[in-house]
Amino acid sequence: MDGLTGPRGAPVGDYDFDHLIQEDRVHRHIYTEEAIFKAEMTRVFGAVWVYLGHESQIPGNNDYVQTWLGLRPLILVRDSHGKIRALYNRCTHRGSTVCRQPSGSAKAFQCPYHGWTFLNTGRIRGVPWPEGYADDFSDSKFNLAQVPRVEAYKGFVFGTLNLDAPPLMDYLGPVATPLAEWVDRHPGGKVALCNANRLKLHGNWKLVYDNSADGYHVVFSHRSLLAMENRLIEDGDKGMAFYKESPDSAPMYVYYFGNGHHFKDKRGNVERGRPGALWEIEGVAPGMEYFEAKLRREHPARANEFLDLAASEPMNINVFPNLHILGNHIQVVRPISVAETDTTWWGTAVVDDDGALDGAVDDINAIRMRTQEGFPNFGEVDDLMNFEQIQVGLQAEEDEWAYTHRGLGLPERFSVDAAGTIKGPATDEVFLREYFKEYRRLMTTEPNIAIARDV
Amino acid sequence: MSDPAMSDPAARPDPARTSFYIDDDFYRDLVAAFTGWQTDAAEIADPVRRDSCRRLLEREARLLDEGANEAWLGLFAPECLYWVPASPDGGDPRREVAVAFDDRRRLEDRVFRLSGDYAWSQQPRSRTSRIVSNVEAFATDDPDIVMTRSSFLISELQAGDRRLWTGWYAHRLRRAEAVEGPDWEILVKQVNLIDCDGNLRNPSITL
Repeated sequence: MDGLTGPRGAPVGDYDFDHLIQEDRVHRHIYTEEAIFKAEMTRVFGAVWVYLGHESQIPGNNDYVQTWLGLRPLILVRDSHGKIRALYNRCTHRGSTVCRQPSGSAKAFQCPYHGWTFLNTGRIRGVPWPEGYADDFSDSKFNLAQVPRVEAYKGFVFGTLNLDAPPLMDYLGPVATPLAEWVDRHPGGKVALCNANRLKLHGNWKLVYDNSADGYHVVFSHRSLLAMENRLIEDGDKGMAFYKESPDSAPMYVYYFGNGHHFKDKRGNVERGRPGALWEIEGVAPGMEYFEAKLRREHPARANEFLDLAASEPMNINVFPNLHILGNHIQVVRPISVAETDTTWWGTAVVDDDGALDGAVDDINAIRMRTQEGFPNFGEVDDLMNFEQIQVGLQAEEDEWAYTHRGLGLPERFSVDAAGTIKGPATDEVFLREYFKEYRRLMTTEPNIAIARDV
Repeated sequence: MSDPAMSDPAARPDPARTSFYIDDDFYRDLVAAFTGWQTDAAEIADPVRRDSCRRLLEREARLLDEGANEAWLGLFAPECLYWVPASPDGGDPRREVAVAFDDRRRLEDRVFRLSGDYAWSQQPRSRTSRIVSNVEAFATDDPDIVMTRSSFLISELQAGDRRLWTGWYAHRLRRAEAVEGPDWEILVKQVNLIDCDGNLRNPSITL
């Protein structure tokens, strides 16, 4: 293990996070300052369990996919022995990336610059003309660096550099429950990632995290989508229509789970456990009438169950700092710079390894692909414009604060359960206030970061 | 269409309201039609025929640059597809999400959304200038259907910021019996962005 040197808990420039993060508001600097962004890559992304990828992206031994931990380029690989590792995509010789393809299968990675070669366990295999070195390369310091702790839950692979981080399940805590519910409604308790709807914004990564449990913006930011979804229907109740009246009196809630994780649960608007209830609120999608008729004709007893798999459950599960489950998408947030962020909405497909779906899996996925394309095209683009315009507005130097106080001072709006989970009405900003407290704690704590090289 | 009741065109439901035509046959034929079609042997050398295709592509670019979305929709057959794959080879849309895969109804949804004042991703509305070039036309097994390949460069001005969209189009065109206007109607428009598998900033204009 290579430990990192540096003072623990040293201040980030002159920034005082007790000042920047207040009970009812946050300072613009957390979105605009390079020095804070740089510190986040260590104190947030270096300190917690970060989502790295999904097991279905690397189904076989030697399969790999490029990924990132903050700004660190990684290769998420299932090595020749079947162990999932997160290797640094960085040659130990001169620092070049050794893997240039986004995904593939490889037993070894050879650096294109001088030909140093590494096994997919990270161990160095050889260098050209070794007689020119006094070393024999048995020293592990020449192996690729790797994330020292990698664990998976329900197919989601996380890694942390922090030797003092709690076990993954302790880090997830109560957010593991909706994650499991989301996965387990699928046959075999799993999904497979396909490809992705990929978006970019010129804005800070936290603008995405801030929004992901926000029930307050929906009827405004998504006004064009709500109108569009219901343009052909009288008294339309498709898609997000349950926001139209008074969302705080609807059976949908925001939750704060601790460790930065939050959750928006809209499933109360849907009759739980009745097959077909999810399908009934799904917006229109190409081919849906044909495939619905086909499934009803060929599988009369199970068609509603199958159609629900083509539809999505209305919930947003937000695992700090970079994983969001929205509908059937797995959205991954990648910070690029203080004012640039990539959000990649991985599509998910139903898999049927043991024939539980009576041959209907391809028909289900043919609808499911189309239902997933709706929101990125007609909803998310409007949110991203609003996030970008926040980044513009926050350039106003003297106007320092952004408010987070909806619901503050109204304790009757909240309940707290035995596990400490806070529950509030759909439009409340309690999740923002709480996650920023955790952010403040992280930003004032130096994590015990290390990389591994021993294989 | 496997359902016999659907084989009579007059009895088929309105594709602007329901989506029965995106069926198994449609997907199968789509993947087949967009595989291996750009061959020297199939290229149409006749300049008059090729120019009739070019005329449609240039009209289409003009209508989009003018923001005449309703008129642009009119260039498409009733049962049509606007397809922006997220994979460089087009992929198999039955198993992959696309940047866009709009049937007639969803394409009208897209135009409806952009026609209002609350699509924030298009406030202010972008201005665009399109260059469509390198037009080649290819014959298919059906004498009334041709495929065209063209390169595009779309310059977009969005709120003072200039951006580029680059790639090539594949159009599947069917001979139309229109009295006026172009000789062809669009069955499928496939937009192949060079960065189709990259993260796209504000992909809200019609490409």
